[in-house]
Amino acid sequence: MTIIGGNGAGKSTLLNCIAGVYPVEKGKILLGGKDVTNLPDYQRAGDIARIFQDPMMGTAASMTVEENLALALKRGRPRTFKRGINEKRRILFRERLLQLKLGLEDRLNVPVKLLSGGQRQAMTLLMTTLIQPRLVLLDEHTASLDPKTALKVLELTRRLVEENNLTSLMVTHNMEQALRVGNRTIMMHEGKVILDIKGKQREEMTIPGLIELFHQASGEQIQTDRILLT
Amino acid sequence: MSLIAFYGAVVLGLIYGLMVLGVFLTFRILNFPDLTVDGSITLGAAVAASLIISGVNPFVATLAAPLAGALAGIVTGTLHTKFSIPPLLAGILSMIGLHSINLRVMGGSPNLPLLRQPVIFECLDSFGFVLRDSEFIISIFVAFFFVLLLYYFLITETGQALRATGDNEIMMRSLGVNTGRMKIMGLGISNALVALCGAMLAQKQGFADISMGIGTIVAGLASVIVGEVLLGSTRIIVWIFAVLLGSILYRLIIALVLRLGFQPTDLKLFTAVIVTVALISPFFKGYTEKIKGKFRSYKEKVKEKFKTGDEDLGKEEV
Repeated sequence: MTIIGGNGAGKSTLLNCIAGVYPVEKGKILLGGKDVTNLPDYQRAGDIARIFQDPMMGTAASMTVEENLALALKRGRPRTFKRGINEKRRILFRERLLQLKLGLEDRLNVPVKLLSGGQRQAMTLLMTTLIQPRLVLLDEHTASLDPKTALKVLELTRRLVEENNLTSLMVTHNMEQALRVGNRTIMMHEGKVILDIKGKQREEMTIPGLIELFHQASGEQIQTDRILLT
Repeated sequence: MSLIAFYGAVVLGLIYGLMVLGVFLTFRILNFPDLTVDGSITLGAAVAASLIISGVNPFVATLAAPLAGALAGIVTGTLHTKFSIPPLLAGILSMIGLHSINLRVMGGSPNLPLLRQPVIFECLDSFGFVLRDSEFIISIFVAFFFVLLLYYFLITETGQALRATGDNEIMMRSLGVNTGRMKIMGLGISNALVALCGAMLAQKQGFADISMGIGTIVAGLASVIVGEVLLGSTRIIVWIFAVLLGSILYRLIIALVLRLGFQPTDLKLFTAVIVTVALISPFFKGYTEKIKGKFRSYKEKVKEKFKTGDEDLGKEEV
């Protein structure tokens, strides 16, 4: 599902509420039928994986590639006093890194800070899929990458989401991307969901059509450039 | 420096090495400058000394010290994580509180001599070692033991989570780690090491003193920095080892400075200067380049002025 909306529409707030970073004043958050409204973020992490806009946020810079993967391998699970990295895990990491086609499988011992933003974001994506989450939250995770890398990371996102059958919420400022990726699009405005497009309607939707729909739903003139360009 | 003085400095460096490992864990791994150590090193000394004086086996007394130290670290960690008190302030609060507690533990007297009391360093007497050699053997054994233990801990799943908490807290919360608890654990371990150092120190020097902890954090930082300058590496085992080496080297430097005729009372200033220089050196690097740059542009300006001046002169002549 993709989420669009102007600045301050509440997209990131929504994601932060779902993840448990912000406390909720009213209402409930249900995850697979389970009420998680009062759980702190770290207790929801077993079910919810997050990818941030800043590629630096998803990995621990001073630690190596394999150490970061080992950290993600225990997402939402108890951490023991056994070694974090063993030969078995190393083989698994190498196998998974091979899927990225970035040559990282030969750089397991390299500190992550030496990797580029795109490589780090790709790694974060991989870390997300090491443990199957029920929900993936993607907060403009391609926004701070250059166009070419952004496209690559988006493609990788699509592949990992489809291969692993992951439910994901993706915030984006790119309307074309919003319609092209995934199978459902919601538009937010002033903290509320004002549009929910799916199925056939979505397949036939165009960007001008989307803008027109927004105009009707919100009763406001859309500030197109603000949505498109930010 | 005489061989005996050298030997003494190395033993001190090994014992203080435990404290430095603790400071390394908070300052470098958790990114938490923890001032509790000034109080917990004295706490360790006070607990061990008063237990030994009351007839407890010195080994038991020495092991009781880290428990007390861990408690002090847990208090600081709780103040910081549960009540959002900034790290420095949380550490200061614990440190000041510990001053009173330490005096209580020492029965109200600011100095607790351990004269003619059994200490752990005497346990090798029956093997025919003189005290100085046993001190060396025991302290090198303890220091290496904790270097390896700390290394092993830091590569376990929990230890990796602790390191990552200091590196990227937001990420670790999103990976399901209660980062607050991690910090409390780190501070507990760190202060346990510091208190153990205090306990051994009291037995080495033969007394526990209420003021022995002043400036510990700065000496710890100085040792960490000296070690890193000597053996800079991000490989965790090399890093920990470098820090222990830094502790030894720092004590050797201190011994040398004393030989040069400085008063022991000048040492704190000396340590503060070492740490300050190390901390500001990156800025200083920028400054020297800036000054060079300014000088260059000034030179160019002067040149230009002369050029235009020449032209002006030329015009006047015409």
